[in-house]
This record gives sequence, C-alpha cells and structure tokens, in this order.
Amino acid sequence: MVENGIGVSVLRKEDKRFLIGKGNYTDDINVAGQTHAYFLRSPHGHATIESIDISAAAASAGVVAVFTGDDLAADGIGTLICGVTVTSDDGEPHRAPAHPALAQGKVNYVGDHVAIVIAETLAQAKDGAEKIAVDYGVLPAVTETARAADDDQVQIHEVAPNNMCFNWPFGDKEGVEAAFASAHKVSRLELINNRMVTNPMEPRASLGEYNTGTEEITLHVTTQNPHVHRLVLSAFNQLAPEHKLRVVGPDVGGGFGAKIFVYAEELVVGWACRKVERPVKWTGDRTEAFLADAHGRDHVATAEMAMDEDGKFLAMRVMTQANLGAYLSTFSTMVPSYLYAFLLAGQYTTPLIYSEVKAVFTNTAPVDACRGAGRPEATYLLERLVDVAARDMDLDPAEIRRRNFIPKDAFPYQTPVVQCYDSGDYVAALDKAMVLADYEGFPARATEAIARGKRRGIGLSSYVEACGIAPSAAVGQLGAGVGLWESAQVRFNPTGNVQVFTGTHSHGQGHETTFAQLVTEQLGVPFENIEVVHGDTAKTQFGMGTYGSRSLAVGGVAIAKACEKLITKGKKIAAHALEAAEGDIEFADGNFTVAGTDKAMNIGEVAFNAYVPHSYPEGLEPGFDENAFFDPLNFSFPAGTHICEVEVDTDTGVVEIVKYSAVDDFGKLVNPMIVEGQVHGGIVHGVGQALLEGCRYDSEGQLITATYMDYAMPRADNVPSFDVDYAPTDPPDNPLGVKGCGEAGAIAAPPAVINAITNALGIKHIDMPATPENVWRAAQGAA
Amino acid sequence: MPIVNINVNGKLVSAEVEGRTLLVQFLRENLRLTGTHVGCDTSQCGACVVHVDGKSVKACTMLAVMADACEVTTIEGLANNGSMHPMQQAFMDNHGLQCGFCTPGMVMTALDIVNRNGNDLDDSTVRKELEGNICRCTGYHNIVKSVKAGAKTMGE
Repeated sequence: MVENGIGVSVLRKEDKRFLIGKGNYTDDINVAGQTHAYFLRSPHGHATIESIDISAAAASAGVVAVFTGDDLAADGIGTLICGVTVTSDDGEPHRAPAHPALAQGKVNYVGDHVAIVIAETLAQAKDGAEKIAVDYGVLPAVTETARAADDDQVQIHEVAPNNMCFNWPFGDKEGVEAAFASAHKVSRLELINNRMVTNPMEPRASLGEYNTGTEEITLHVTTQNPHVHRLVLSAFNQLAPEHKLRVVGPDVGGGFGAKIFVYAEELVVGWACRKVERPVKWTGDRTEAFLADAHGRDHVATAEMAMDEDGKFLAMRVMTQANLGAYLSTFSTMVPSYLYAFLLAGQYTTPLIYSEVKAVFTNTAPVDACRGAGRPEATYLLERLVDVAARDMDLDPAEIRRRNFIPKDAFPYQTPVVQCYDSGDYVAALDKAMVLADYEGFPARATEAIARGKRRGIGLSSYVEACGIAPSAAVGQLGAGVGLWESAQVRFNPTGNVQVFTGTHSHGQGHETTFAQLVTEQLGVPFENIEVVHGDTAKTQFGMGTYGSRSLAVGGVAIAKACEKLITKGKKIAAHALEAAEGDIEFADGNFTVAGTDKAMNIGEVAFNAYVPHSYPEGLEPGFDENAFFDPLNFSFPAGTHICEVEVDTDTGVVEIVKYSAVDDFGKLVNPMIVEGQVHGGIVHGVGQALLEGCRYDSEGQLITATYMDYAMPRADNVPSFDVDYAPTDPPDNPLGVKGCGEAGAIAAPPAVINAITNALGIKHIDMPATPENVWRAAQGAA
Repeated sequence: MPIVNINVNGKLVSAEVEGRTLLVQFLRENLRLTGTHVGCDTSQCGACVVHVDGKSVKACTMLAVMADACEVTTIEGLANNGSMHPMQQAFMDNHGLQCGFCTPGMVMTALDIVNRNGNDLDDSTVRKELEGNICRCTGYHNIVKSVKAGAKTMGE
C-alpha cells in the first residue's frame, strides 16, 4: 500500500484551519468600503403587490440604495431558471412560471423577495426595510401537497392551471394492470414523505464586488458549484459576461443540496454591487434559511405491489403528488421525476413498474434537491411497501427481500425503469448486516424489553441509489440543460510540488485529502507536496461542482486521467534526458526508469527538466501540466442494507434507537475514515427525517417551523453511535472502481427507522416524523 | 456609545460599541475574530460558543457590554505556540469535523464539558452535554469520540 495512498485513513489536510478558527467562509470575508444588504420579504403566502413606496426607506439614515423588481427588470436582468425539462402527459414541457429575483406585482410565498435595502451597516439596512410601505392584496393560499391540484384551490400562476407543473406517467401501465389483475396478493400503502429544510449549518451568504476599471464582478457565495453559478448568472440572468464574472465558493459550511441552486439573493447582490459601485454583503440568518432556502422531499404517494404465492414481486404501481413550492428552483423538476421514478426498482427483480408523478405548485418555498434528492423518497416508499408486503404474506422482512433480490450474477442488470445497475451483491450486504445487527438474537432482546415495559422493533432497509450524477448523454436525453462531466488539471510546479485543480467543490467532504491520496498513489509525489484547489472560477477550469455523490466517481476519475497524461509526457521527457527510447521508459513509485538499467529520474526531476528545457528537440513540448475531462458511461449504483433497532416507550411515545448497523457497497474506498464519516452524517440526516424533522406551513402559508425552536434538528442525544461495515463490489464502468457515499445514509435510514417502529408496535404504518406524539397515538391505536 | 474593556485571548481590548451589539458581533465584526460562527438566531445551534471567565457561553446570548472587564477565550485563543490544543488535535485525529462550521463551538463546548465532568467521560454524558450544539455533517459519532479522546489526553 502506498503511504497516504488509496485505502489509507489519512487525517484531513483541511482540518487545521477549521480547528484553529482560520476557516474562510463567505461571511468571514470583509472588504474595504463594504455595504450591507437586507432583503425585505413577503409576510404573506400569496398576495398581489398593489404598490411599493420606498421613499422613506431611501431617506433613512445610512441607507445607500433601495431596489425593487422594477429596477432589475429595467436593467434587463433575467428571471431565475430551472435547468431540467420534464415533458408532461399532454406532450408539452412542464409549466414554468417566471421567477423574478425581486417580486413583480405578486408574491407567492412567505419569504419571497420584495426589495433589497443596502446601507452602511446591517442595522441601518434593517431599519430602512421597516420603512418600505408595501400595499398587499392578500389572496387565499395553497399549501397542502395533496390538495394543491384540486378544483377548489386558487390558481397561483397564470401558466399553470390547477397548479400543475407536470403530470409525468412512466412505465408499462397496461402490463402492470394485467399483472395486478391476476396477482395472488396485492399490498397497498399510502404514505407521506415529510418536507425537510436542508439546514447546512452555515447560512447562505453573498459578497459582491465590482471593479470599475476592469468591469469585472467578483461574487463570493455559498455555493456547491461555482462554475454553474457563473454560467447561469451570465447566460440566463445577464448579470455579466462569463469572462467578466468571477464566482468564488470559499470554505462552505455544508451544502447537502441547498447550495447547488442559483438564488435570488446572489443574483441581486451581484447586480447591486455594480449599481452602487461599492461592495455589497448579504448574510442570511437562520430564519431566512428556513424561509427561502430550497426545501426537500414533500411527497404524498400511494404504492401497490402485486405478488405471487411465494411473495415474488410481479408488478408495482406508484402514484405520487410532489410539491415543488411556489417557483421552480434550479434543478427542481428532475428530483421527483428522473431521480425518483428511475430508482423504484430498488434491489428487486420486479419486472413491471408503473409510476405517475403529479408535480404541483403551492405557496411555499421552492423545493429542490436535499441530500439524496428523489432517491430517499423512492427508497422510503419501496422499503416501506416491501415491509407491508412481508406482513401481508406472513414472511420475515429479510426473507421477502432475499426472494426478490437481483442475483449477483445478473449484473449489469437492466431494470424496467431506465437504469442499468453496474454491480452489486445484495445478499452479501444483507447477510453481513444481519450478523452485524445480531438479527438472530433480536427475539430474545424483544422479550427482555417487554419485561422492562418497553417494545423493541427491528427494521431493514435495502437500498440502491444512482450516484456519480453524470453521463451527459443520458441527462441530455432526459432534458437537462447542461453536461455533467467533470474536469481536472494536475500541475507540477518547477520545484516538484503539485497543484490539483478540480471542478468539484468541497464543503465538508474532504476532497483536499481524498484527491491528494489519488495523486500520491498514482504519481508517487509525497502527500504533503500536493495541494487541491477548488471553488474559484478564476483559479480552476470549468467544472460542474459537487452534488449527487459525484465528486470522486466523476471528478476523481478526471484527476486520474490527467495523471495518466503526465506519466505519458514524463516518459517522453525522461527518454530525452536519459538518452533512451521512449518505449524503454517505465514508470513506478514516482520514478521514470530505463527498463533493465539503473538509470532513473524522479518525477520531481522530470518536472524541473520540463520547465528548464535547454536542449529540447523539436516536438518535445516544455511544461508539466495536464488537464482532463471525464464523462462516464453510466451512473454508479451504491447499495446496501441498513438495520435499525429501536425501543419504544408506549407510555410516552419516545423512540430510542438502541442499535444501528450499516453495510454498504461503495466499491473501493479511498479514505475509509472519511467514508465512514459520510455514512454517519447521512444516517443522522435520515434519522432526523424519520423521527424529528417536519417542515409545516399553516393554511395561510405561514411557515410555522421557522427556527430551531420549532423545527427539531437531530442532536447528539437523539442518536446512538453506529456500526458500519462494507460489502464492496467492483463497478465495471468506473475506472477507479468507486461508487459514491455521501447520500447513502440519508437514503437508507428513514425506512429502516420506520420499519423498526412499525415492527415494535405491530402496526402497518406510521408517517414521518415519528414524533413522541405520533408514536404515542399509534401505540394507543395498536394496543 | 459605551466603552468596553475585555481581555480577549490574553490581550486587553478597549472599544466603543453600540449597546445593542452582541458579543458574537463584537468578536466577529469589531475584532475580526471570525472563528466564532453564527449558525442561528435563537441561541440553539452553539456555533458561537466561547468562554467568558472560564465558562462556556453562547456569544449570541450576551451583549458585548456585558463582557466588560471579563476574560473571553475564543477558538483562536486555544492553540499554543503554533501547536493545537489537545482537544483540537483530538477532533482532527478522530475525524470530528467535516465542513468545520460548527467545529469551533463544539471544541469550546467540549472544553467546558471536561472542566465540569473531568477527563474520563462516557458516551451518554458527552451526548447529553452536547445537546446545545448542532452539527449537520458528522452524525455526532466522531464528535463524541473526539471529545472523549481529547478529555483523556488533557488528563495525562
């Protein structure tokens, strides 16, 4: 094993700066002459704006400027976009209402942006905002996912009758109906996938600076994908030409999807700094994050499974209503469609699947990707349905899964829902998880718990997800407006140290460490001499950013390809320097050697030679710096089984997770310590959804869970420590043999937890979040 | 405007502040000690924990003027001659951080846990004590490990 190479739990390069208080998050950055911005937001869920009077605000102490939607429109600033098209059942593209960054005559959710106030201090900006007089014509609001398309609901957007964004049927409807008609048994389940607020700990922020000399805007922003921000802000919002717009995502305090999207605030800040010719800084507070970050999940669904006498799955039918909020966020349409329905096969051989997704508008914050994005919704629905099926067939939940798993010799496996799975051994993961969880010993533990007046339950979740969000050809065919490859540049400096420029972005994932491990493994350069650079469009080449557990599976391969090119070039240089034929040069452990001799050059020497080419022959190019792009052939498909064991106090409804075991197939692990950390975090995100988190609006569209006092985040005393292990397979389509690990826990955990609770109480179903009140009520009903 | 005299990380600071200035604003904006973070506006998340006269305080719950004549220690004040405090080192060794945003508050809280509970900590004590600090990345597993390991090293 290479020192600090692939497979080693190397401590993280990025940690020191965070631990000594020297992180550099957007709000930590301050520049000379900086002003502060505050956004006036709609207090109403749904209202017309009859008039706005900014005169008192503009005259308020310290106020530099006040702008409204009319000012943006007058400067030709475009509205916010959604980059993925879904074709509705009428053959038309999804309905796409205009999404102005500052409201134009109407507000559609509480927190919608009405005006920006820019002042010398934040307090003065807030004081100014209080002096803006807005005359609202309040309208009835649409807030319930299940009811949004009903005829009695008010229509939010002119372009979207019945508040429908799209109705997207997919699959073999007739085949499924025939299978259901002749099935031995049909299991049926209605369920809600509760709305979540993504809640990275760092609130969103933007700092815009305009250089009147170069006419360049520099926008520091909390982003997971700086180049995508620049592209969208340039091409669609007309903020500035791409070469005159620099977007920097410095240290970013968590993303989980919420910082993928191009938001109103950053567009307005970027525009306003040029308008006032002074730097403008906006930092959201937590309540603003609750109000105006894109939320996640929010489905209401009915799922049915048809089975034969042996519990073999014959067909599945899923009807889903998905809430997209008031406007379409950047990637919103693909979440309840392609990232959801294409995962409904799960780990099973179910030959026929039919899905219908109705996506609706409501007077709530926009909904988009949140850790897992569509895949947690699919997995929760499927893994809950499978447990109900086991109950209906009187089979052990492990047994019904086993009977329906795709066998390991069937890979690559073409599912009936587009995806072709790369590799997997689902039995191996289940077996390992059952040992880790001591599944066999559960009945004894349950009996012992009853003696203490508690009810124990155990729940399984066998998930599969599609990671390494990429293949450009695949996503292009589906309607994505972008390619989804990734880029890398690996640059040797003359003194032999290396800078790795990646188009991905790290906001907690530890890329600075993992990617350096890839390079030390491949090129033999000491780990400490490698620096990973990301997050600044002025430093790195165009890249697509980080989401969908894609950074290693796509971006890592781009780095490996650039390293291969360096080795190829290094052979030419070494051949020249060592006076040998290029074909005789071998590379290993950081040294170029003339085969069969002791003549050798270290790669650092080759780099120096490449920059001091005093005697290069014609055709040998100086420099030691290569770039590469990688566009994979397929997604990668991590999978595994998680098992949760709970103890329920039926007197209080309190659920305690007493044991949680996870066995995942992520392919090869580059840094096992980092991977395990990703699994832990994902699980707790999923446990949060299952037990604690639920975003709620009232019937007028007021967000009634807008702080950490009302919205329960998982805390250290809500969760246990975890038992994590792996059952890896080798994905043939990925050159590094890796799959992606960032979302697995959030995908697997919710059904594992709920299956454990329903098992404990002997009930068919309980909706998330299974709060003490909900569990207590269910326990009373079950008693 | 009132003048405050605060000993911050061993250095005496005198400054004029508005009465409404929170301690966390004073640290971040007046002193540019940006290691202390703001993650919420309801004193729930703990990203802003500092020590005031040796006790952990959420710096968003007190005004800068209330810290007059106090000794304040922030995350920037822990490292000694360039080497990290054992608790900081324990977080690094045990992968107790990912995005780093909650980390300063976690470390400052961890030190207070050790001060009040000693060096031999069990999981349930640490988890109960960390209740006021929210992390979205780590799932707490490695933070708990880090706090226990740091506490142990501090006792050696």
